[in-house]
Amino acid sequence: MAAAEEASRPFAGLSDVSISEDIPVEGDISVPVGPSTRRDEEFSTLDEPVKETILRDLRAVGNKFIHVLYPKRSTALLRDWDLWGPLLLCVTLALLLQGGAADSDDQGGPQFAEVFVIIWFGSIIITLNSKLLGGTISFFQSLCVLGYCILPLTVAMAVCRIVLVGGSGTVSFAVRLVVVTASFGWSTFASTAFLTDSQPAERKALVVYPVFLFYFVIGWMILTFSPSQ
Amino acid sequence: AAVTMSAGSGNRNTNTEPWGSFDENLIQGGGAAVIDMENMDDTSGSSFEDMGEMHQRMKEEEEVTAEAAAAGDDGGEDDGGEDGEFLGMKGLKGQLGRQVADEVWQAGKRQASRAFNLYANIDILRPYFDVEPVQVRSRLIESMIPVRMINFPQKIAGELYGPLMLVFTLVAILLHGMKTSGTVIREGTLMGTAIGTCFGYWLGVSSFIYFLAYLVNAQITMLQTLSLLGYGLFGHCVVLLITYNIHFHFLFYVLWLLCGGLSTLRMVAALLSRTVGQTPRLLLCGTLSVLHMLFLFYLHFAYHKILEGLLDSLDGPNMAPIQRVARDVPELTLNATLRSLGTLLKTH
Repeated sequence: MAAAEEASRPFAGLSDVSISEDIPVEGDISVPVGPSTRRDEEFSTLDEPVKETILRDLRAVGNKFIHVLYPKRSTALLRDWDLWGPLLLCVTLALLLQGGAADSDDQGGPQFAEVFVIIWFGSIIITLNSKLLGGTISFFQSLCVLGYCILPLTVAMAVCRIVLVGGSGTVSFAVRLVVVTASFGWSTFASTAFLTDSQPAERKALVVYPVFLFYFVIGWMILTFSPSQ
Repeated sequence: AAVTMSAGSGNRNTNTEPWGSFDENLIQGGGAAVIDMENMDDTSGSSFEDMGEMHQRMKEEEEVTAEAAAAGDDGGEDDGGEDGEFLGMKGLKGQLGRQVADEVWQAGKRQASRAFNLYANIDILRPYFDVEPVQVRSRLIESMIPVRMINFPQKIAGELYGPLMLVFTLVAILLHGMKTSGTVIREGTLMGTAIGTCFGYWLGVSSFIYFLAYLVNAQITMLQTLSLLGYGLFGHCVVLLITYNIHFHFLFYVLWLLCGGLSTLRMVAALLSRTVGQTPRLLLCGTLSVLHMLFLFYLHFAYHKILEGLLDSLDGPNMAPIQRVARDVPELTLNATLRSLGTLLKTH
């Protein structure tokens, strides 16, 4: 009651204003029910078992993996971006690339850090580049897309490791070359399918080149990987 | 340009500038939407910093007036709360001290946020990336073609996309070279060394050339030196791409002189056209050519095939010379083929 009085005080001077009868002054001022139910749902997810939460996230990640493997123009990757998938892929790739090449043991450490740094800083630079070229995609969406498109290269790395178990001759090199080239092309194609939609038409080549370079470096790191004896 | 909206000021326009005079700004004080020109930094180069700074200043004026209004209200409430008679020396000092501290804090915060918004704003770099693929391609090709006109300042494109992409490409090529030569980096990573070398060269030598140009009063901006040197790396990329895969010293020397020389001549001609005087020209262009050519030389030979054991036995003063080592069969045959071709050409 007091609140109503305070609210009506500013309009005290308008008491002599007449409202014509034929303008309907009515409506519904009830609060829409939508947001409150969503809030209820969010609260209720606190009570669900941990397994369900993890499975939901894993399902989202898996869904995005499928979108990468069959790249068609869809907004699923962009709309609900998440960085779990890229982190998972990055760690897997870095672990697979570890323990390879040179003679000494102290090469094992930098390998992991190298891969991490290359992937994340490379993605950040490509994102900045596409934003500077006038792209409409947001920072984290771009990181998400670039991270997820490393999936074919990770698969290629796993295949290469298996092939290398059999030996490291010319045949295995040829097989690995084919596999890595195919997956590199797949990654580049998949990421450009998502990234270039947000760019003006004539600038697509300018955005594609850094992506090409990025996956080329990763692919080349995979190809030149040789396990230490 | 400053925007002056001060009403009722005397017409004492002693300035011929289109914007209002300094005197008007100083006398008028608050109540006018005025941008104080005398505090503006001298940003010779693009006027984009000016735009960003002006925009920031306008935002701040609003903030300051909003804060002043809020502070005024708070001060008024304090006065009203305390009894007017008790507002003696102590009360005054306390309130004054609080206000001063508050002012200092607000000013410091404003400075920091202004600096942050100005320099961490990515939009500052946006105009330098405003290129078309056709333009990039034509600039790449032009970077190898020296222009003979040195009496009139040559046009140097002020963009950063091409140079940045070239630096990254050079990093990738360098990485490949380091891996195939079996370089072992003890302190640090391969990637770190490659990135450090390339970016260090690009940024460091550009700044150094800009500094020298500033000393000899050459007409070139920092952006233009960055752009010029960046595009000059195109020759380096091509040469290294070829010679890291075909290890043939004679081929390297030919390409070094040819491609390195062409790109150096292009940069030198551009600098010559913008410098006056014999000694300044000699200084500037000599430094640039030496650094540019030596960089290519270094990149090729530092990551050549090095004998593995040599690295362990490297002492400070007793540096053993870099030697060619026996290599795997496929490369040996390639080298042998090329060498025989070379001797064939020599005999003819």
